[in-house]
Amino acid sequence: MRKIKKIKTIKDLEQLIHSQVQARKSEKKPVLTVSAGTCGQARGSLQVIKSLEKAIKEENLEDKVKIKVTGCHGFCEAEPNIIVQPQNIFYQKVQPKDAKDITSQTIINNKVIDQLLFTDLATGKKVSNEKNIPFYKKQKRIILGDNTLIDPTDMNDYLSIGGYRSLIKALSGMTQEEIIETVKQSGLRGRGGAGFPTGYKWEFARKTKGDTKYIICNADEGDPGAYMDRSLLEGNPHRVLEGMIIGAYAIGAGEGYIYVRDEYPLAVEHISLAISQAEEMGLLGKNILGTNFNFELHITKGAGAFVCGEETALIASVEGRVGEPRQRPPFPAVKGLWGKPTNINNVETWANIPLIIEKGPQGLSRIGTNGSKGTKIFSLVGKINNTGLVEVPMGISLREIIFDIGGGIPGGKDFKAVQTGGPSGGCIPKEMLDLPVDYESLTKAGSIMGSGGMIVMDENTCMVDVAKYFLNFLRDESCGKCISCREGTQRMWEIVTDITEGKGSRGDLEFLEALAKTTRDASLCGLGQTAANPVLSTIRHFRDEYEAHIKDKKCPAGVCKELIQYSIIEENCTGCLACLKVCPQEAISGELKKVHVLDQSKCIKCAACYEACNFDAIKIE
Amino acid sequence: MRLAILMQLKSNEEKMITLKINGLEVRAEEGQTILEVAKFYGLEIPTLCYNEGLSHYGGCRLCLVEIGEEPKTKLVSSCTYPAEESLVVRTDTKRVIEARKMMIELMLSVAPNSKIIQDLASKFGVKQVRFKIRNEECILCGLCVRMCAEQMDGRAIGFQNRGYKRKISTPFDIRSEECRLCGGCIYICPACQLRCQGPQADTAVCNACLTMDPTCLDFYDDLQCWMYDAGRCGTCIREKPEKSKSKKQTQKSKQKEKNA
Repeated sequence: MRKIKKIKTIKDLEQLIHSQVQARKSEKKPVLTVSAGTCGQARGSLQVIKSLEKAIKEENLEDKVKIKVTGCHGFCEAEPNIIVQPQNIFYQKVQPKDAKDITSQTIINNKVIDQLLFTDLATGKKVSNEKNIPFYKKQKRIILGDNTLIDPTDMNDYLSIGGYRSLIKALSGMTQEEIIETVKQSGLRGRGGAGFPTGYKWEFARKTKGDTKYIICNADEGDPGAYMDRSLLEGNPHRVLEGMIIGAYAIGAGEGYIYVRDEYPLAVEHISLAISQAEEMGLLGKNILGTNFNFELHITKGAGAFVCGEETALIASVEGRVGEPRQRPPFPAVKGLWGKPTNINNVETWANIPLIIEKGPQGLSRIGTNGSKGTKIFSLVGKINNTGLVEVPMGISLREIIFDIGGGIPGGKDFKAVQTGGPSGGCIPKEMLDLPVDYESLTKAGSIMGSGGMIVMDENTCMVDVAKYFLNFLRDESCGKCISCREGTQRMWEIVTDITEGKGSRGDLEFLEALAKTTRDASLCGLGQTAANPVLSTIRHFRDEYEAHIKDKKCPAGVCKELIQYSIIEENCTGCLACLKVCPQEAISGELKKVHVLDQSKCIKCAACYEACNFDAIKIE
Repeated sequence: MRLAILMQLKSNEEKMITLKINGLEVRAEEGQTILEVAKFYGLEIPTLCYNEGLSHYGGCRLCLVEIGEEPKTKLVSSCTYPAEESLVVRTDTKRVIEARKMMIELMLSVAPNSKIIQDLASKFGVKQVRFKIRNEECILCGLCVRMCAEQMDGRAIGFQNRGYKRKISTPFDIRSEECRLCGGCIYICPACQLRCQGPQADTAVCNACLTMDPTCLDFYDDLQCWMYDAGRCGTCIREKPEKSKSKKQTQKSKQKEKNA
């Protein structure tokens, strides 16, 4: 790798950025941008890159086209995808065998390959331009958008889109108070879950007396189905670094830590590389850009405990102790890492800082609602057509996210509920689809913004089963310090499990509610205080479903095995033997063209017959 | 006596803070916890994992109090929450009592034989346990862990795992070399009803009786034998009859000399 020249003054950096920006503008070569985040790699983007390189070599196009390997583009459903610049053609689900077509047709003949284009489900038409794909159209990708433009391992690429300009602005023209004031005015709130105003948090840490102060980037993303922070660290690590350097300068911190899960190897790799590049360039270390500001950055790899996302547990983990929360106050801003004033922010929060500094407070505050400014990245997963990372302005309705961006529910099924905020969040029912997505509205609906998980559920989802799933996660991830959380989640799980197995009795629901409320009230940290949300919100919005389980011993969604029964509808059965063949238990008997019979005593409710039947002759009740 | 304390408090005037507990305006030193202040003023808050000689843990959640003013009140454990200027604390609201009762019920469901927890249950009117009983005889209050580390400087036992799998054990579940068999953990435990249960599996925390060299004194009376409840192990008599006898004699003769 090329050696990076150390930059000693602000002016030198300005010049370097200017030259890189010009270089990008004057670049006329077509660029094939391949998404290769963890999700893209899992779908085979590395093989696609290899075959693209081969195809380019075969066609002797090495000087005429460039392959750019970027982080995640957000559209997971379409992985691995390629964006062809400058035409901005979006090819989805590219296979290694398509590489030849892309080079020979699109690059040489400037022709769009139809079968690789995205099909708009609503109109049935093919869409070629990335910007016209409905998934991207309604998004406001002010943070995530850069992911498609830059190679995360190349620092110059980040500079060429104007990266580190905010740092120059902060170091040369702004006092520390001004920076904090700007962040305060922008209305930025913590993106990690609680939504505490970032500017005020910084101010507390700045005002605490002390020579040594720390800042920490919280990348301990543990919610099932959430990967916003991972994508940012993988796809745009320098943006997070820039935010942290500005933050450290404003707060007066000399050292920082990035607490990232060890389960994110690519994120760790990219952020480590970014740190070493920034060190070489002189953006980290002593006397940054000729000022008297010193800042060092380290990485701490977490071992994958959900509770370590909680500030005080995270600090304990960085210090090398067991990740267990402690009483606040004293808050980390007063007594944090090694007893010194510490400021902790989430990855996404840090990534917002360069934008706010560059464009001023209005850069963020013009987007969003009264109480919640800017955009929020959600990972839209579950029963949804367009799975992926979506960045939307605050205040957008759930309906727009799920139906316009997400493309609705697959298989023409009905939407039932959406779970926001990860395991500590709650389920929001169909009736509340027009709820604006911001901190206050979600809390009012019994859920939370959380770090941005958004799990969509269709009519075939049993809400009691969902509550059971999250309780199982929480009873495992509770640190176990407070009896209210450790035993509370365990006992709630036991009661809900009993209900799903048909062992529920009258009064269970009231008892469950009382226990959930106590768990919420009596626990020390955020995990315990929100652990009741999956239960309380499902009881609140889907009480009839719980009652059906308890009173009628039936699972209306047909999920809870102990409560359902498969049977054959005689009128529909054609006697095709399809179900008979797939049944692993030999529970179905019958002859060709005669109505089959299902032996309940042998049935293990595996649903194989249900899936095999082409005549809707299998009934679940 | 009270006057003397109040005089002393006056001399520390600048470090004092004022807060309200149950409507009573009280003064406290900076750095004191709510529990300490309440105790000083004679206000009772039940505790279990709290011990004056150990660091504050806040795991049993019995000492919950309600702080703040309506509608923004919350429950905190008074043993860990520091007294703050003009804080409003209430120790016996409906919310506190309900939470406390639920905590006792939860504890009782895992350690139903504990005398201490049974007493708490009867005091607070917890009449039934609605959970399935899981007789683990441990409520993971952490008293033994802190006792070992802080008072005995042993650090032989600690918490293992998290969540519902959490338990107290020695490192790697084998007999710890750090353990000096002082019995401190057993002494302070509120839940192990039988205390000593004689020799146990290798993985057990104590197993003091399996050692070749118990920490017993050379001579002792019944009350000093810490295995008295379970039936004395007899190691001292069996292995060092001579020694204990001879020491006893020398001490006796020394005393005689003194008296003379």
